[in-house]
Amino acid sequence: MSQDEKYIDFMSIRKYTSGISIVVTIAAIISIATFGFKLGLDFTGGTQLQLSLDRPADLPKIYHVLEEEKLRGPNAVIFGAETEVMVRTQDLMKDKGQEQVAAEVAKLGEGASLKSVVQPSRDQVGFANVLVISNVTPQKVLQSNIFDEARFGKVDITASGADTHVAIEHPLERIYSQYLQGKIAEATQAKIEVRSSEEVGPQIGEELFNSGGLGILCAFALVFLYVAVQFQWKFSLGAIVSLLHDTIVTLGVFALFQWDFDLTVLAAILALIGYSINDTIVIFDRIRENFRKLRKQDALTIVNISMTQTLARSIMTSMTVFLVMVVLFLFGGELLAGFSKAMLVGVVIGTYSSIYIAANTTVALGISKEDLMPRPKEGEGSEVDIAP
Amino acid sequence: MLNRYPLWKYLLILVVSLLSLVYAAPNLYIPDPAIQVSGSSSGTVIDAALLAKIETTLKDGNIEYFGAETNGKSALVRFRKDEDQMPARKRIQQALGDEYVVALNKASTSPAWLTRMGAVPMKLGLDLAGGVHFVLEVDTASAVEKRQTMTADEFKEKLRKEKIRYSSINNTASNTIVARFKTAEFRDQAIEELRKNSPQQLFVKPNSEPNPEEFTFTSTLSEAAVKEIEDYAVSQNLQTLRNRVNELGVSEPIVQKQGRNRIIVELAGVQDPAEAKRVIGKTANLEFHMEALPDAMVSSKEQFNWRNEAEQRRNGPAWLEKQIVVTGDQVTDARSGFDPESNGQKVDITLDSLGGTKMNLATRNNIGRRQGILFIEYKNHTEYVTNAQGEQIEKNTQYIERKIISLATVQSALGVKFQITGLNGPGEASELALLLRAGALAAPMFFVEERTIGPSLGKENIRKGVTSCIWALAMVSLFMVVFYRVFGLFANVALTINVFMLVMVLSLFGATLTLPGIAAIVLTMGMAVDANVLIYARIREEIKNGASPQQAIHTGFERAFITILDANLTTFIVGFILFAIGTGPVKGFAITLCIGLATSLFTSVMISRAMANLVYGKRKNLQKISI
Repeated sequence: MSQDEKYIDFMSIRKYTSGISIVVTIAAIISIATFGFKLGLDFTGGTQLQLSLDRPADLPKIYHVLEEEKLRGPNAVIFGAETEVMVRTQDLMKDKGQEQVAAEVAKLGEGASLKSVVQPSRDQVGFANVLVISNVTPQKVLQSNIFDEARFGKVDITASGADTHVAIEHPLERIYSQYLQGKIAEATQAKIEVRSSEEVGPQIGEELFNSGGLGILCAFALVFLYVAVQFQWKFSLGAIVSLLHDTIVTLGVFALFQWDFDLTVLAAILALIGYSINDTIVIFDRIRENFRKLRKQDALTIVNISMTQTLARSIMTSMTVFLVMVVLFLFGGELLAGFSKAMLVGVVIGTYSSIYIAANTTVALGISKEDLMPRPKEGEGSEVDIAP
Repeated sequence: MLNRYPLWKYLLILVVSLLSLVYAAPNLYIPDPAIQVSGSSSGTVIDAALLAKIETTLKDGNIEYFGAETNGKSALVRFRKDEDQMPARKRIQQALGDEYVVALNKASTSPAWLTRMGAVPMKLGLDLAGGVHFVLEVDTASAVEKRQTMTADEFKEKLRKEKIRYSSINNTASNTIVARFKTAEFRDQAIEELRKNSPQQLFVKPNSEPNPEEFTFTSTLSEAAVKEIEDYAVSQNLQTLRNRVNELGVSEPIVQKQGRNRIIVELAGVQDPAEAKRVIGKTANLEFHMEALPDAMVSSKEQFNWRNEAEQRRNGPAWLEKQIVVTGDQVTDARSGFDPESNGQKVDITLDSLGGTKMNLATRNNIGRRQGILFIEYKNHTEYVTNAQGEQIEKNTQYIERKIISLATVQSALGVKFQITGLNGPGEASELALLLRAGALAAPMFFVEERTIGPSLGKENIRKGVTSCIWALAMVSLFMVVFYRVFGLFANVALTINVFMLVMVLSLFGATLTLPGIAAIVLTMGMAVDANVLIYARIREEIKNGASPQQAIHTGFERAFITILDANLTTFIVGFILFAIGTGPVKGFAITLCIGLATSLFTSVMISRAMANLVYGKRKNLQKISI
């Protein structure tokens, strides 16, 4: 390779790009802080129903129903086709069902209340829940007729000490879910089919957050170590700063546009870290090689030369990944839309950051030839015949 | 010669490629909708006569079917149309009754030679197959608490026996047993004595007693012991759940541990989560009864059959007292083993302290009488009733079945620990132990997640996934040919084989394909060609720097390899983390991504090199290559 290699002077605008990167990162942090994430069901817990209507869905009406029923964090969006609606709330159907029954029981008389909901005992075969009602006699419950068969299925009313036990065949969550569907059908005048329903308890989300955060931190730590061993710690720092940038900016975009942040997006963020580091390593690899080969040039020139040499590859690889993610976005359906969006945003940012952040930081830290002189053990590492 | 591969390398590549094709192939055969019929107890034989009955039922209902077969244990009938599956199940269940489990199934259509080679398709996750998904959380804390309360009782009993006087021994809220004594001597003796039999407990004496008249020690479970109790509770509940889920008549249900204290239940094809929950929520139970005396009043005794049909034929039904001695909740452990005294098989049973007291009360004056153990199961009975609209609807009623699993003579007054001996062989002993353990849940469980995916949605997801894969492959291939010409073609061959290899590995691992898994396959396609891009960029560079084409190909492949390895390893690290922290579908995504990376290393380096060698390697005066 000739010593007077032609190159594009990437690093000449590094002051501006550094400025832009810092501004964008701060903007992303502000965006996250002000808007927050629109977290998916996996994180918030609650209920999500995918409904298929026999006519285009009237979202405002459906939303109105959710509000009227005082559901927490109500949301109704078109899902794929205009007849498909995703209805979401942070409430669990079971809790709402219990609330509803409790309100009805309270009307039975002075002091009447639904004390608790327990599991049916061993001998109560075929029942889902047992409602423990206090201050009402079984006779009165029977007469009140609030536990009709159409809604509760088979009902068994017994006295147990001072309380009345009402065993019901249909579980409370189903009772409420059907009530809600009925309300939506009434409001939209549509026939409704439930295509999927999901209920997630609140304890799951918190764990996901913790394990997700822990995962991202672990990824950073391991990448740092790997690069430090394979290259040098200044490269590690450069890689980590660029990964931080990619992660924060992608998250910032999700917060800004209020895109759904669900489990697949979390997976995409981690996959993105993998992709971005891949890109960075390829450039680092070339910088290391050139540092050893081109002894006369200064660090900036070497970085420029390396960048120029790897540019074609960087663009090609980004393009192929970008291409498949566009395909996934177009054909993969709503469930994978978050994933492909995160990847699309991330690939663009990742490619930029590999050039202008990873290498830039490494240069700013004062990388020199001495840092990269082959260690005795490695010998002429890159020349060794490993390829088949 | 620079660009020649030895013959064995070509052969290796050929063999691996062919194997990939063969083992990925089963995934191309769309399974037939089918109904599987099996007996509700393991002894039921499904013979030709029963198969004929099933076929007649289907013919009567004008349901088109084919490929009816039986292997003695279960029968399988296939259908042409998905819509026929549900009505067929209804009819068959009606015709056969509760003795048989009639389950919806998918019957493989891949040729027999593939199946014989062990080539099986990937399992489909619920997001693709439709069905219900539950996550249950085991309340392991209560299992630990139960154990400590028992230990406190054991301490008391032991100290009473050793005549060491104590003021009080209680389990406190933090699962710390606090023991109080009047003198320091008693306390020290107690610790010494108790330590012998309780290796899992950590005994601590306080440095100073708040009350000078009182001497105390505390005892807590070691970290390892707590973990062991929790693990036992989860695995015990897992076992119990498996037994229950099998009753639902679902083919290949998934019951799996997730994390430290959660259990996943996935039931493909089930559409009514409420029904499934009712069945899962009910566990089998046990009751210990004394055998009724011959002159006992009819109102105080009841006749029961044996659960095991061979025993039933040998002994006939037995009369047991209605009075319950202990129930399954009080059985804390049951293990089978060899009894050196009787030189036969035995089952060791451990009760909790309350159960032990009750058992002692019931047996100490009844030595020589027999005691029976009843196994109580909650069974489903499906009826079809016609509703007001004239539609036939499925109506499930549940009933209790009580049968004897053991009837043994009481040899001495029993307590917390006792054994049943004289069992016929290790098989019988381990089955009895299993049934005894299946009696109750080791700790309560509750549902923390519930997902239902309709079958139409699953089909739609598969269609979307397949469309995405095909388009991704097409676009990347086009892109590569446009930019790298002939070498682009090499990369495309490698990429296609890579997809087959990935599918092969996933199939052989028995991995479950989910929607995020498909996303990972698509992503792999985009990232796998990166290795080729790296190599080709190098080759172009070498040519630009004046190397001969042969030299350029050689150097390009060699030089790029280090970079490819470095870059892929870091991505692999991240994939591994994703696998470690992820649950369910995310895990699937991570596995697919990691395997895709590994296979792409082979295909894009070895296969595309082999192709380049084959096409260009032999030409001595190669002037120009198409890259």
